[in-house]
Amino acid sequence: MDTLLKLHQATKTIPNESDLDNTILDHLDLTIRKGDFVTVLGGNGAGKSTLFNSITGTSLLTSGTVTLSGQEVTNWQEEKRAKYISRVFQDPKMGTAPRMTVAENLLLALKRGKKRYILPRKLKEQRTRFEKICESIGNGLEKHLDTPTGHLSGGQRQSLSLLMATLTQPDLLLLDEHTAALDPKTSKKLMALTDQVIEENQLTCLMITHRMEDALVYGNRLIVMENGKIKLDLNKEEKAKLTLEDLFVLFEEEQVSPGI
Amino acid sequence: MLISAIAQGLLWAVLGIGIFTTYRILNFPDLTAEGSFPLGAAVAVTAIVNGLHPLLAMVLAFLAGMGAGLITGLLYTKGKVPVILSGILVMTGLHSVILYVMQRPNLSLLNFPRVYDVFDFLPAYFDRVVVGVIVLIAVISLLLFFFYTSLGQAYIATGDNETMARSFGIKTDRMKIIGLIFSNGIIALAGALIAQNNGYADVNGGAGVIVIGLASLIIGEVVFKDVTLGERLLSVVIGSIAYQLLLLGVIRLGFDTTYIRIYSASILAICLMIPQLRKGLRLGTLIGKEA
Repeated sequence: MDTLLKLHQATKTIPNESDLDNTILDHLDLTIRKGDFVTVLGGNGAGKSTLFNSITGTSLLTSGTVTLSGQEVTNWQEEKRAKYISRVFQDPKMGTAPRMTVAENLLLALKRGKKRYILPRKLKEQRTRFEKICESIGNGLEKHLDTPTGHLSGGQRQSLSLLMATLTQPDLLLLDEHTAALDPKTSKKLMALTDQVIEENQLTCLMITHRMEDALVYGNRLIVMENGKIKLDLNKEEKAKLTLEDLFVLFEEEQVSPGI
Repeated sequence: MLISAIAQGLLWAVLGIGIFTTYRILNFPDLTAEGSFPLGAAVAVTAIVNGLHPLLAMVLAFLAGMGAGLITGLLYTKGKVPVILSGILVMTGLHSVILYVMQRPNLSLLNFPRVYDVFDFLPAYFDRVVVGVIVLIAVISLLLFFFYTSLGQAYIATGDNETMARSFGIKTDRMKIIGLIFSNGIIALAGALIAQNNGYADVNGGAGVIVIGLASLIIGEVVFKDVTLGERLLSVVIGSIAYQLLLLGVIRLGFDTTYIRIYSASILAICLMIPQLRKGLRLGTLIGKEA
């Protein structure tokens, strides 16, 4: 299959005046193929979020390269990469503009990566489409098209964030523990919706999660990060053989390994 | 006296609208205002004294304010200087620019035409009211048009949630620069209007104007809650008039006008504390339902 994203010797260090520099990503190599749905596991400080930030351009690498669809984007700003990459954050507050309504947020998302002109925004023309999309997720969001997103529940906001991130087919979808802030029931629902959306749109996706069950159940590839490196990279078949116990053992080991 | 206060309120409301576009929409305080306001005054008065038509003079004032905003914006976004400091730097520098423009600290408009002359057939102060209303209609409708364009929505999103805006490809730095440019253009326009009202421009005319602008904003917000963007802009105008009436009241009560600044600051401080006071005293809102 085609390579979509390639990180080569990706390194991120934070200078530390009084002590050794803090290396968060350590010469990491990672290749993501089109259609991959990768779940990412790793303890605190393993470098998962920094990996995501390096892919989106939120923070730039100290050394190494990022290649997206054959084009080197290592020094591209986040705004430029947003045309190809979309992201759902862990904090429900992060994914939407709180004072803007649900429909206005969706309209912003519709223009992801496109030029925004001084021309009327044309919200009315999109209303029926937005209503339909919101209806499809079945949590009553369609009744709140004119509600500022700041007034929505966390679950509604996260499902809206997911809709916004996938409204215009991104080349790469990044999910950063996007169900972690929700209660178990809502979290489960959102995860099922996520899987459905990825399946329907055949999206390429990286998903950080703390829930090992989710890491096993969803996706067709699993990577485990440790100390800024990829410790384990399992393909579909290997992942299918993996059990929850295996993962627990793996993380037990990690806790006693030096450097943590 | 009453109509004079209303006229003042309308003219100062232009300043409030200018401050609103950064302070409330982009969510940061821009101190450039205290420099761009007297800059607008200085440019307009100097232009009129040199024989330009007052309307053209106001256009020049607007452009000068935009330039000041651009510099603050570049310092803030490209130079990564904190926004408050960027504003202070530009405000400080503008003091010299104003002196250079006027070639003296104070310039009078005595015996020169003013924009209000167009309506000099009206009774006293009504010319100010008419001009104020025309300018406000123009500024507010242009802003509202902008806010509901694709670019305007990106502008609002930048202030609302910058992380999210960037993740959708919005060039947030550019939005902040645009905001600072137009905000300061409008503020300079307010400076030009007030200078023609007062009949002079002064290099120190900007001291304390942020308090006046914020007061109109906050009074508008305290009185009218949960309104649309258009209504919010109108509430700034109403807040500005209310503020001038409050000041008039304070002066009527016999307070010495020499110390007017402390009255301004106190009015704003009280308005800012109203939400907290209301919580503490379990009072209802000034208008409408229980808080």
